[in-house]
Amino acid sequence: MRSIYRTLRADRALARDIALVCVADGVVGLSFGAITVGEGLPVWLPMLLSVVVFAGAAQFMFVGLVASGGNPVAAVLAGLLVNLRHVVFGFTVGDVVGRGWQRAAGSHVMVDESVAFALAQPDGERRRAAYWGCGVAVFVCWNLGVLAGAFLGTAVSDPAALGLDAAFPAVLLALVLPALRDRTTALAAAVGAAIALATAPFLQAGLPVLLALAGVVVALARARSASRPEEVAA
Amino acid sequence: MTVSTTTLVAAVLVLGVGTFAFRYAGPALRERMTLPPRAEQLLGVSTIVLLAALVATATMLDGREFDSIARPAGVVVGAVLAWRRAPFVVVVLAAAGTAAVLRLLGVP
Repeated sequence: MRSIYRTLRADRALARDIALVCVADGVVGLSFGAITVGEGLPVWLPMLLSVVVFAGAAQFMFVGLVASGGNPVAAVLAGLLVNLRHVVFGFTVGDVVGRGWQRAAGSHVMVDESVAFALAQPDGERRRAAYWGCGVAVFVCWNLGVLAGAFLGTAVSDPAALGLDAAFPAVLLALVLPALRDRTTALAAAVGAAIALATAPFLQAGLPVLLALAGVVVALARARSASRPEEVAA
Repeated sequence: MTVSTTTLVAAVLVLGVGTFAFRYAGPALRERMTLPPRAEQLLGVSTIVLLAALVATATMLDGREFDSIARPAGVVVGAVLAWRRAPFVVVVLAAAGTAAVLRLLGVP
């Protein structure tokens, strides 16, 4: 843990970038707390969700379904579907998550932002520092934001007015962009994104993003045929 | 609200345990097997594809509806800046700022 702290102290730019994401996530947390209570749900619900589940999209989904009178079982299943992508994330960043009790804590702070920050790093030490630094910091900021929002109520914030709904995709995009300079990866990502957009209006949330994985197959097939030019020509 | 407190707590706990299991599976299983470099690379690409799909849907849609012009416009501004290797802080603030200003001007 000390080495993570040292790495972040030495890499000021990385620490600053993580801090910015934390502030943005904290404000979204503020609105999550406020919206949930504003829907007439108990004040402990957003806080419990944020500590126990700690996954923004799934939390909004869960609260939205419960608030509109949905079956809690359906809300749980919908949230699980949205979170299924973490299985793939876990295989990719498993090397920085750690062992024993560290693995339990490290798994819990696996969110889109911490995974994207880890992947954007050039070496193993900074990868680990970025993952843990971002994961723990976002956990703290998100929960503080939700706590404040739940008690302060709906008047406090509208993330859309601040443009924060554009900040989340911009954060992830900026972090994955270096990887997209590889052409096979870029093709896979483009096909995947197109599949997700085309299917999203018709499918349960979470599924379109999982279907995007078909983009990997398409890009692979292309990469294989490109590496055997005589067959392409035939 | 018709759902009882006990039911609600149980639902949150089940969602939490399930989500934790998803997160824990990768790191735990990885240790038990050595993946060939090709598979490692594939997983890396898969994660990038998932994040890219999240970017696309979070940019264009709210739930199942294409609902906004300001948000995609902000993300495009951020994307151009990121492509030109602008600092991360500039990318994120420009994306948010563009969307905020457009909304202030009445763009949905």
